[in-house]
Amino acid sequence: MDDKEKLEKHQIARRAFLGCLGGAVAGGAAVVATTAVLPNEARAAANSAAPAVPAIPGYDWSKHRWAFGVDATKCIGCLRCVEACKAENEVAGDAHHFRTWVERYVYLEGEDRPRIDSQDDPVNIAASGSEGAYRFANRYKDAKVDKAFFVPKLCNHCTHPACVQVCPTGATFKTDDGVVVIDHTYCIGCQYCVQACPYGARFFNPELNVTDKCTWCYHRITKGLLPACVEVCPVSARIFGDLNDKQSPISQFVANNRVDVLKPETGNAPNVYYVGIDKEVR
Amino acid sequence: MEPLFAAAPYTGYVYPNETVFPWGILIVVYPYITGLVAGAFTVSSLYQVFGLTRLRPVAHLALLTALCLMCFVPTPLLLHLGHPERAFNAVFTPHWSSAMAMFGYFAGFYVILLALETWFVFRPYMVQQAQRRKDLLGRLYHVLCLGSHDLSDKAMRYDQKWIFALAVAGIPGALGLHGYVGFLFGSLKSREWWSSDLMPVIFLFSAIISGTALLIVLYVLSCKLRRVPIDVDCVKALGYTLWGFVMFTLVLEGVEFGNVIYKAREGIDIIMAFVTTRLIVPFFVLQFAVGAVTPIIILSYMFWRGTAGRALVAGITVSALLVLFNVIMMRFNVVIGGQEISKTGKGLLIFPWVIFGREGVLAAASVLIAPFLLLLVMIRLLPPWEDEHGDDKAVV
Repeated sequence: MDDKEKLEKHQIARRAFLGCLGGAVAGGAAVVATTAVLPNEARAAANSAAPAVPAIPGYDWSKHRWAFGVDATKCIGCLRCVEACKAENEVAGDAHHFRTWVERYVYLEGEDRPRIDSQDDPVNIAASGSEGAYRFANRYKDAKVDKAFFVPKLCNHCTHPACVQVCPTGATFKTDDGVVVIDHTYCIGCQYCVQACPYGARFFNPELNVTDKCTWCYHRITKGLLPACVEVCPVSARIFGDLNDKQSPISQFVANNRVDVLKPETGNAPNVYYVGIDKEVR
Repeated sequence: MEPLFAAAPYTGYVYPNETVFPWGILIVVYPYITGLVAGAFTVSSLYQVFGLTRLRPVAHLALLTALCLMCFVPTPLLLHLGHPERAFNAVFTPHWSSAMAMFGYFAGFYVILLALETWFVFRPYMVQQAQRRKDLLGRLYHVLCLGSHDLSDKAMRYDQKWIFALAVAGIPGALGLHGYVGFLFGSLKSREWWSSDLMPVIFLFSAIISGTALLIVLYVLSCKLRRVPIDVDCVKALGYTLWGFVMFTLVLEGVEFGNVIYKAREGIDIIMAFVTTRLIVPFFVLQFAVGAVTPIIILSYMFWRGTAGRALVAGITVSALLVLFNVIMMRFNVVIGGQEISKTGKGLLIFPWVIFGREGVLAAASVLIAPFLLLLVMIRLLPPWEDEHGDDKAVV
């Protein structure tokens, strides 16, 4: 495709995109999309043999390779990330639907296996007073703790995503810049992808009747902003950036650490890189 | 207002999103119905293709049963979908890497094949009725004949060729349809309970036993209701078929289970915890002991002792009912059981039963009953009984 064709396609797609997201994009509001809805043009482009530039003004998805890092040694379990994600992406405010969550691993003295909980644990909900408020209860204050740490979790935006493989309509797809997204206008809600994801990252949105998941805040990152969870993390436990840029935080994170991924044996090749996780973290 | 979802209680640690089960009872019913279709068709083909003449009394009933069930195969899926109105997205713009995208094509092909074979098999009857009856029903038969009223020997030989060809094509079709359903589960690497190369084969054989068992029950029941003598030879042949396939299925399931336990890959701890506690009753007692071992013992004993007459028919019918129960328990233990084991490998969920609503037990039961109501209508329209055809032309 030559530059002229590229430009024309870009302009057509751009108009379609503006039509789709309307004033939200034009106004440059901080919160753009309520969901991971992408225009059909972008979806079609992702599926075609020669992907076009996506219909996002001033954004060229062929120039980026997004990735995410988690430094579990820094996470303090404050759960601001969960709160920010729920607000930013209008995720149901209950204890059963999360685009991101934080797990707590506690090894008590004399025990071989860690005790694991998340913010959705009934004890933690009781401590916060509501399913829509997130807090880790101080439930081990009287116990002798050998080792304890937090692990933030989110969609791994895998290089070989099993969820994309099984989607019968192609409503969920991988963008050229490495993000797995869902076209909510095309998803039939069969939940095969929910079954296929080994990380429990997908859920069924009971209000929209479609599958939902983390998009690394695609509506933000394509405008040069950080994902909401990264933005609010007070200790920089969440790192986000472009692997094509050697100076980006994620490139530095991957270069300077011995990173790990979750469940590598699935062959999904995750793109969320972890530092400081334990053998029990799956 | 009805809640939008039912949250599942759990023990241990499960991912937060896992507390809502993606697939419920409707997805238990879906492979059950598909299996009954494949099994019933297999019985019909045993007669049409392989010449097992002892199955002649049930051959046409098998075909009608398969057709009626097949008409309802998409219903549990449509009820389950978040956007059923978009169901055809998977057909018009299929995502080829998805096993599920093939469903529309498989099902569509198979419905057409079943309808065609049924039409050829019952064409002589429809022609006769169209000529004899002058009422509204006569007109319906006239329309159903599609303008083909020739019952000459040449025409019948032509029909026979088509029936044979369709029955032959239907065998890989039926087995493929159900093997494919097994593949839907077996190909998912995210769940150790499902991820098995044997899953399509197990689904296939359990399909054949469920279809055979259903035909035994339907045939015996129909004879009782119609007050006609039961063809004991036919029931006995079905009993032998059932015994053979149940044995094979049982061995396959045993091998599969042994494989999971022996390989003892990651997650085996939680599987063992599941198997040795909550699965004891539904899996070992209901599925294996009651649903598979008991009918094998009953059938083996009767065949060994040379039981005949009413006792044989009663024993085979009871065994068939148990096998039908076995297969629905198998579907339940696979579909629901697989989801009860958390992907964390560190927790177990408890399936939240829902009675009412779109995905409740009542909806699933209705989907399961509906094909038999259709069958009631169909057997009045196209009687599959030999004695009602009047001449041999209808019975191929």
